[in-house]
Amino acid sequence: MKALTRLVKKDKRVMLLTGDLGFSVFEDFARQFPKQYLNCGLAEQNMVGMAAGLALSGKKVFAYSIVPFATMRPFEQVRDDVCLHNLDVKIVGVGGGYSYSQLGATHHSIEDIAIMKVLPNMKVLVPADPIETELAVKAMARDRGPAYLRLGKSKEENLHRRTFPFAIGRSNVLRKGSSVTVIGCGPILKNVLRAAEILARKNIFCKVISMPTVKPLDERVVMSATKTGLVITVEEHSVIGGLGDSVASVLAQAALPKKCRLKKIGVEDRFMKIVGDQEYLRSQNGLSPEQIARSITSLIKKRS
Amino acid sequence: MKVSHSPTTHQLQSVARTVRQLVLDMVTQSKSAHLGSSFSVVDILVALYFNAMRVFLKNPKHPNRDRLLLSKGHAGAALYAVLGVREFFNVKLLKKYLRNGTALAGHASQAAVPGVELFTGSLGHGLPIGTGMAFAGKLDKKSYRVFVVMSDGECDEGSNWEAILFAGHHQLDNLVAVVDYNKWQSFGRTKDILDLEPFAKKWRDFGWNVKECNGHDFKALTKAFAKIPFAKGKPSVLIAHTVKGRGLPYENELRSHYNSPTEEEYRLAKERIKHL
Repeated sequence: MKALTRLVKKDKRVMLLTGDLGFSVFEDFARQFPKQYLNCGLAEQNMVGMAAGLALSGKKVFAYSIVPFATMRPFEQVRDDVCLHNLDVKIVGVGGGYSYSQLGATHHSIEDIAIMKVLPNMKVLVPADPIETELAVKAMARDRGPAYLRLGKSKEENLHRRTFPFAIGRSNVLRKGSSVTVIGCGPILKNVLRAAEILARKNIFCKVISMPTVKPLDERVVMSATKTGLVITVEEHSVIGGLGDSVASVLAQAALPKKCRLKKIGVEDRFMKIVGDQEYLRSQNGLSPEQIARSITSLIKKRS
Repeated sequence: MKVSHSPTTHQLQSVARTVRQLVLDMVTQSKSAHLGSSFSVVDILVALYFNAMRVFLKNPKHPNRDRLLLSKGHAGAALYAVLGVREFFNVKLLKKYLRNGTALAGHASQAAVPGVELFTGSLGHGLPIGTGMAFAGKLDKKSYRVFVVMSDGECDEGSNWEAILFAGHHQLDNLVAVVDYNKWQSFGRTKDILDLEPFAKKWRDFGWNVKECNGHDFKALTKAFAKIPFAKGKPSVLIAHTVKGRGLPYENELRSHYNSPTEEEYRLAKERIKHL
């Protein structure tokens, strides 16, 4: 929000559209910038169509809602109106993965990366913490064309200590290590880092890479990750069509210099009908720090 | 085709005949469909491009141009032909309609020829986009108007009603919807498939000002378009009563939606067009 506020101040073409969500977050913004803020009501197809119309009239539009309502409800508008016309519209989804775990299955977001990344012209950004989020917003604003920003919920903790040079299509290293490489995206990286700490006590040293841009993928870094012989992807998203599949596609089609195994950790092909807080639902899908650590340990055992 | 700045009804009729003949040739040669939908909307498009709208032939993307979004993208052939006859480009280009390697797609394509604002084809997209353009026009205090040409069948799409609600609420009187109301949709009569009536009342209840007219009568069309906005502070909708396939030997029949004319039908259509 801070990044967006600065942006809007600097660039009068920037507009924020919401599908009547963001209560208690957008009020100040709306008061400060009445001409750059628009509540479209609970009508996401019209919101995204309008975003295209505004972009065709010279605006740079951020269209915001909870992930399913920002991406799935108006999917065809995102495809035809935004991506086909290659417009400066940024779809912003809040509540990635199980951020809204207790609100139930309609509010879970585990398919969005898959359906957004398949669209031509679309870039997909999944920042891990508030620092990456701010950098991602700035980078998206500088970049021309469609993009999707997948956010978690508010008040997530920072995994980075400080800001760093950020570019769309580039990954960054959260932790150094040489035993295995773990590539993740989004706030689940917090659990990956905890898993790495657990494993370090057992003399297994994980290199942890944050991949805040799932599309375009940092293929060079994916390729160099094979040096450790074992690559693990972790995401709070379906194992179908997410970060893991993007990495798998690169590795499967490459001429690898030596043997490398890939393991995708994520949500299996199912809906979650049971309720619980976010960590509970993560643990139901093998995504707690301990479970991630156990998965990695068993893979290493198999390797040796 | 050269026409005067404010063409007479007679001149507009002549333009419409030329356009219909072009569309007939395009669709017959390519053995394609949607002739009925194109013939239904021709007069509306001619009235807009040759009379009501501010266009810039040398600079089709001029910021002050009136915008026309053909939301019923399946009448792409009619739009291309009108733009060609209006001299946005050399009309000879249209001989390549649907040919391999060209961008002249059956559904209106922004990439096809100069003057086409959008890629359309999936129904229910034009009005939300037009609403965004109209909103931007208000924000930036621009004088352009946005015309969205829709089919009656596409009014089944919920996305339209989201936009209709929004535009009424925000008093976008620079937005004009024109409904080509030929009373047919894919499977049959609109009244049997998903009845729109009372249609005018629905728009009115959503805060729009409504006019109705015969969509093939240039006097009525130009008279209506001259009164935009129909009411200050309200979006306008013109419900244009039309005949599907107007000018075809099998006008007002559903097969005009799907069939490409036979040789005999082509000959009869050519004759009929001359006398429209």
